[in-house]
Amino acid sequence: MISFRRSLAGSWLLLILVFGCFQDAHALPAFARKYGLRCSACHESWPMLNYFGQKFKDNGYQLMNDRDAPIWQNPSYWPVTFRITPIWHRVSTGRVAVDQGTGMDNAESRIEKSGFDLSGLDFHTGGTLEKNFSFYVLPSSDSTATFHFETVMGRLDNLFGSSWLNVKLGKFELDNLLSEKRILTLTANGGIYQTYHFIPQGDANIYGQIGSNQLGLEYMGHSADDRTRVSAALISSSNGNTGLVTGSNSYSGFFTASQAFDAGKWGVERIGFYDMTGLAATMYRTSAGVPIPGSGIGNKGFNRVGFVGQFYFGPHFDLQVVTQHGADNAWFGQGYGNAVNPSNGAPGNPLPNNTPGTVLPATARAPSWNGATFEAHYVYSPQLIFIGRFELERMSQQATVGTASNLGNITTYTIGYRYNPFMTSRAGFAWHNEYNFLHQDGTGPQPGENVNSSELLIGFDFDF
Amino acid sequence: MRRKPFLQCSLLMSAAAVLALSLPVRAQLSTVQLQAWLNSPAATSHVGNITGNAKAAAPVYRRYCVGCHGEFGDGNGEVAQWLEPPMYPKPRDFQLGIFKCRSTPTGTLPTDEDLYDTIARGLDRSSMPIWNTFTKDERANLVAWIKHFSPRWQTEKPGTPIQIPPEPEVTPERVKAGQEVFGRVQCWKCHGVQGMANGPSASTLTDDLGRPIWAYNFTDGSRPKCGSTDRDIYKIFMTGLDGTPMPSFSDNIKPDEAWDLVFYLRTLQPHNAYNAKEKQIARQLGLKPVSPQ
Repeated sequence: MISFRRSLAGSWLLLILVFGCFQDAHALPAFARKYGLRCSACHESWPMLNYFGQKFKDNGYQLMNDRDAPIWQNPSYWPVTFRITPIWHRVSTGRVAVDQGTGMDNAESRIEKSGFDLSGLDFHTGGTLEKNFSFYVLPSSDSTATFHFETVMGRLDNLFGSSWLNVKLGKFELDNLLSEKRILTLTANGGIYQTYHFIPQGDANIYGQIGSNQLGLEYMGHSADDRTRVSAALISSSNGNTGLVTGSNSYSGFFTASQAFDAGKWGVERIGFYDMTGLAATMYRTSAGVPIPGSGIGNKGFNRVGFVGQFYFGPHFDLQVVTQHGADNAWFGQGYGNAVNPSNGAPGNPLPNNTPGTVLPATARAPSWNGATFEAHYVYSPQLIFIGRFELERMSQQATVGTASNLGNITTYTIGYRYNPFMTSRAGFAWHNEYNFLHQDGTGPQPGENVNSSELLIGFDFDF
Repeated sequence: MRRKPFLQCSLLMSAAAVLALSLPVRAQLSTVQLQAWLNSPAATSHVGNITGNAKAAAPVYRRYCVGCHGEFGDGNGEVAQWLEPPMYPKPRDFQLGIFKCRSTPTGTLPTDEDLYDTIARGLDRSSMPIWNTFTKDERANLVAWIKHFSPRWQTEKPGTPIQIPPEPEVTPERVKAGQEVFGRVQCWKCHGVQGMANGPSASTLTDDLGRPIWAYNFTDGSRPKCGSTDRDIYKIFMTGLDGTPMPSFSDNIKPDEAWDLVFYLRTLQPHNAYNAKEKQIARQLGLKPVSPQ
C-alpha cells in the first residue's frame, strides 16, 4: 500500500513536472531595486547565491562602486523585502505512537495529512548605512505570526581599505558556502540540511548545529575577486537563543577557508573546509530544583569538521558537497547539556542536569558520526532550476555501549524544481514543486523500528 | 480594374514586410543571420591565448547583462528606464559600436582586450559592476557576443592600439610641466582648476545622445572610469572617451607631455596607491591651481 502511494505521489509529481509550467528565481528585491540588477545577477536561482552574489554579500552588500552608500538613493527607497509562501502539502509520517482504544488497531500508526497551508513571513531588511557600514535585520514569523529575530547584525566592511578585514557582530548565519538560509527547498525535512543539524539519538548537545543562526562576532576576509575566502567566528554556545540562558562562559569557534579556481569552460570551482569547535555547559545551578538560566558551568567539548565543494560543469549543471565528521563529549551523549534551553521542548520533563556527584555510566562513550550532503542543480535558465539532493548521516560510535550501531542514521533525498515566470529587479515569484523522503533507523516507538516520512509540496514562493 | 486593388494590396504588404524586416532595431541580425554569424569564425574574440566564443556567452549575457543592456544590446533593458543621467548613466548601447574605454585612437573600435578589461573592471560612477567573478573564458565569450550587436564589427577592424612610451621618472619639473599642459589644453574648463569637476563648462556637458554627463572629479576618490593605473590615465586623454565630450588630445599633447600631465593629474587626487610621490612633490612645490585663461 505504501509502495502504491509512493508510486502515486511520484506519478503525480512527474505529471506536474511534465505538464506544469515550471518556474522560479529572483533576488532580495531590496538589493535588486537599489542597484537595478535582475535577481539572476546575484542568484543562481533565488535565494541561492552565485559567485557574483557571494562577492556582493562578502563586500557588505556593496558592488564596490561609488554608489553603495544610501545617500545616493532616492529618499523614498526603503530596503525592505517581504517573503511568504502559500502552499499545498501532503505530509506522511510513519510509525507514530498512538493511543489504543481510539479507533486505531495498533499502538503505532502512519499519520497522513494534507491541505493548504502557509509558511511564515520574513521581513528582510538590509544593506548599507554608509559606505562600508552594512546591516541586516530579519524579523521572522511562523505561520501564526509569532515573531523572532532570525538575523540582526551590523558589519564593518573593508576596514583600512582592505577586503581582508571585515567584522560582523550580532546574530547571523555562519559562513556556510552552501547556505541553509538560501536553501532552494521548502519541506520540513527537505528545507534544512540534515548534515547541519544532525544530533545522535539521546544526545542533548544542540549547540553544534552549524545551520542555525548564531550570536557572536565574526571576522571575514576575502580577495578582491572573492576567489579566496577565510572567516573565523566566536559565538555563544546557545544555538542562537537570546537572553543568556545557557552557560556564562560557554563559547564556540567556527572557522572556514576556501579557494576557488578558474576551470575554463567548466566555470569556477571551489573547495574549502569548516571547523566548529566548542564548549557548552552541562551543569546548572538550581533553585527549588529548577535549573537557573545562564548559570551553566561544567563545560564539555564538541567538534564538527568537514569539507565543502562547489563544482560546476559548464553553465547548466553543478554539484555542491558538504561533509561532516561530528563528535560530542560523552556527557552530551548521555543527555546532559540542554537543561534550560527554551528549545528543549519538554516542559515538566527537563533533560538531566550534571549536578555535583553525578557520574557517567560505565557504558558511556563519546558519540561520533559522519555525514554528507550532495546537492545537484540543473539550471535550465535563470528562470528554471531542477534540484536533487541526497543526504546521509551515519553513526560511527554510539553514546552507549550495546546500542544498535545504526540507531539514528538518516538517509534522505529531495527532488524538485522552481520556475520563475518573470525575472525583474522589482519582485520575485517562484512556482515551487518538491518531494522529500526521509528514512531514519531505529527511531520508531518499538526498538529496532525504522521510520519513513515523506512530504509533497506545491506552492508559490514570492517576495516583493 | 480588378488588378489595381491587388497591386495596391501587394505594395502595401511588401512595404509592411520591408518595414517589419527592418524594424528589428538598427543593427539587429535576424535569427537566421545570427545563427549563421554564431557559427562563423567572426563570432570569436581573442584575448591573450583565450579564444572567446559568442555562442557560449548567450546564457551568461541573459543572466547578468540583459537587465540593463537589453536583449538586443540597445541599452534598453528593463532597468534602463530607472537610470537617470548624469547620476546614473544609461547602459551602453552596443548597437552603436561606440565605446569609452579603448586603447585605440578615437573613432575606432576597441580591441577585444579593451572590452575584456572593461567587463572585469566595471565602470565606477555607473551601474556597471565589477564582473571579476567571471572566468576568463566567460569574459572572452561575452566580448565575442557583444560584437554581434553592431554592424561596425562586420565592416571595420579594431583600431591599432596607441603607442605608449615607457613611463619616465616623476620629477618636480615634470609635474610643473604637466600643470602647464593642463592649463594649455584647457582641461580646467570641464574638470575645474582644482580637478573638482566644476569648470565653467561642467554644467553644460552632454554625451553624443544629448544626455547630461558629469566631468570626472579628481578629488572625490572615485576611480577613473577606464582604469586607475598611470597607463590607463594616459590612454584616457590620448584616445578620448568616445561618445562623451572628453576628446582625444593626441594631436595637442606630445607623448612625453602626456606623462607630465598624468603626473600632474595625480596631484589632484587624494592619496591612493599610485600617487605618493606626486603628492609629495606637489607639497614641496607649493603647487597652486592653474589660472583660467
